[in-house]
Amino acid sequence: MYGLGILRGLGVVFKHFVETYTDDIRWWGRRYYNSEALKVRQGPKGSGIFTVQYPEEKLEIPEEFRYIPFLLYEEKPDGTKEDRCTSCGICAKVCPPQCIWIERANDPKTGRPIPAPREFYIDIDICMNCGFCAEYCPFDAIKMDHDFEIASYDRTSAHIWNKEKLSKPVAYYASIRPTNYKREEEARAAEAAKKAAKKSAAAEKAAS
Amino acid sequence: MTVAPAPTTTEVKLDQAFPEAVKPDARKGYSGYLVSSDKLVEVATHLRDQAGYTYLSSATAVDYLEEGKLEMVYHFYRMSGGPALVLKTQAPRDNPVIPSLVSVFPGADFQEREAWDLYGIQFPGHPNLKRILMWEGFHGHPMRKDWKEAYYEEDHKPFDLRWPGGQVYRSEQKNPFGHNVSYPQGFTIEGWTPEGDTALYAGMGVVAEAGGQMKTDQIVVNLGPQHPSTHGVFRMVVTLDGETIVDLQPVMGYLHRNHEKIGERNTYIMNMPFTDRLDYISSMSNNLGYALAVEKLMNIKPPERAEYIRVMMVELTRICNHLWAIGFLLNDMGAFFTPALYAIEERELILDVFEAVAGSRMMCNYMRFGGVVRDLPAGVLEKLTELITDRLPRKIDELDGYLTHNEIIRSRCIGVGVLPAEQAIAYSMAGPVLRASGVPYDVRRAEPYSIYDRFDFNVAVRYNGDVYDRYLIRIDEMRESLRILQQVIHAMPGGAIQTGKPQYQVRVPAGEAYGRVENPKGELGYYVISTGKPNPYRYHIRAPSFINLTALGEMCKGHKVADVVVILGSIDIVLGETDR
Repeated sequence: MYGLGILRGLGVVFKHFVETYTDDIRWWGRRYYNSEALKVRQGPKGSGIFTVQYPEEKLEIPEEFRYIPFLLYEEKPDGTKEDRCTSCGICAKVCPPQCIWIERANDPKTGRPIPAPREFYIDIDICMNCGFCAEYCPFDAIKMDHDFEIASYDRTSAHIWNKEKLSKPVAYYASIRPTNYKREEEARAAEAAKKAAKKSAAAEKAAS
Repeated sequence: MTVAPAPTTTEVKLDQAFPEAVKPDARKGYSGYLVSSDKLVEVATHLRDQAGYTYLSSATAVDYLEEGKLEMVYHFYRMSGGPALVLKTQAPRDNPVIPSLVSVFPGADFQEREAWDLYGIQFPGHPNLKRILMWEGFHGHPMRKDWKEAYYEEDHKPFDLRWPGGQVYRSEQKNPFGHNVSYPQGFTIEGWTPEGDTALYAGMGVVAEAGGQMKTDQIVVNLGPQHPSTHGVFRMVVTLDGETIVDLQPVMGYLHRNHEKIGERNTYIMNMPFTDRLDYISSMSNNLGYALAVEKLMNIKPPERAEYIRVMMVELTRICNHLWAIGFLLNDMGAFFTPALYAIEERELILDVFEAVAGSRMMCNYMRFGGVVRDLPAGVLEKLTELITDRLPRKIDELDGYLTHNEIIRSRCIGVGVLPAEQAIAYSMAGPVLRASGVPYDVRRAEPYSIYDRFDFNVAVRYNGDVYDRYLIRIDEMRESLRILQQVIHAMPGGAIQTGKPQYQVRVPAGEAYGRVENPKGELGYYVISTGKPNPYRYHIRAPSFINLTALGEMCKGHKVADVVVILGSIDIVLGETDR
């Protein structure tokens, strides 16, 4: 019969329409602004209206999400900050759109370069969020951020980020990427233990 | 349909058939045959008619600056499957003339225009040798090795100014004008009038003749570039007789960014995130094609687990893409966004998986040479299993039931934009468009890459070659992808995900490689030449969206204006890939 296909299609639309109400009833007032409900709604079991009420509601950001790199610094017990970056330049060399500029620091006494950056710039307009810098940094000194709400009114003054703007404490990194942080810390501890063992072995050898 | 007779020998001895004109390419790391340009058409005809190589997959140019030569590289395939036969022909750089293959392989049309546009190779015998990606009146041929772009800094990345230089600046502060911009002689901005369009319209054959019983004039109408139905900035110049299409010329290049030139400035690994931005609906498959090409050159293989993860991601991408394509095909028909949103909802769930695994929903940048970036995070496989075994099959069935038997869709699609099998092959169509025309050609089967030879799946094929079949075949392919995915999830091995240590500077031995994959939109090929340096010497993309447009004009002739939109939608193009 002509028109049966259309009716069947409209049936699908009607089913979706009804589902929006049944889902509302199922959650009874807790469907929106509720992170638990949001997870179900946006998961494989979700039904009903799929949209998210941004910015009141936000999707959960997975750990691996990457957006604009940041630099890590360690907070020493005496309150000083120590950059993890050694200005080796691998991030600047691997950066596909070449948006990283690094100025190496010099020793104030001798004037020779030391393994630390004096300045570190990223042009976030050019950055393509590929994550190579974080991936290939041998010192875990640059990582990708989770903060994607970085709109500003003026690109010329606000979009070249310097070291001050880019630097964030290691604790922040640990909070956004806990499993990665844990894995890296374990690797560092193992590396340090290996080094110490080697050192003590060498010391023993020298003593004997 | 006609399949070329299966040849008795696997390898054609071209150099014996044409002892004077053809000799094997003896350069180190190269393969195929070098043909003298005056015999090219003859050899190509022989390949098509005698040897069964009916499909010209890719035709591209290479600039050998030091030798003073420009080279055209052609990749031919048999529709019965198997490896490529590669022909190369050279011409001097100062006067590059190579006969056109359009008369033998109409699919060479756009690719030769591209070679003329970007390399300045003349193709006598080409019916419409105009620029295609750049505009008419552009000075120079940008892919030539001695051509420099406006913000030119150095020939190869990484640039010294970044490190150890560290002098931060904005590109526009450097005032690029006057440095690397060259104008034709006597050019003034005030005196310039765009000539391209006049020439284009002149070629459209406008004749004020009465057609049929009603007295109508032929008129030329521009569809696009700013038009919601063109899926981006894409323009179709149509000659109309009343409301019937008499002629149609696609005009593209509005999104051209000289991706290949950027690719040749980049180091190998830097190109990976750039491939995401070609067909931005299916970045995972783009990654795979490039990784395969470079892995061929490096002669490495990823570990088992990485292969399985790759296939999983690529098949998910195919489902994503087809959901998107079907949704927007319906938009093009005027079913404003209800079907599209139902399809996009499922796509979102797959993108969530990509985000959890790769860190980004669309610009995945997930594959590396010899593996993938990272293993699947905890919980992803469970979510995927639920999606693949329960939700997606259900939702694809729902979409099928929703649309397939709808009488309006059937009347808009059946018999519209028909492309017969012979023409589809001749025009080098690829992917769902080719298979909907009754040609069961799928790179995953024809020349299996990665681990596709291990999976049980059917190559979806439909025989009418119209818009309706192109819609149906996408539904079929999604189901086949789900079959593959179920096998992948079931057999997913453990172990490493990367061969060797991750390197930011890979060593690529000199030579050439053509890596091709069955992208959701068709055959995506990467032609990469290495000279052993950190940067690729040549980096070419055989873009399915681009080459599939070659037959657009042919498919649209005789239909109405409203059908053009639907036919374009059924080809499923992405302008990021078309314009590169």
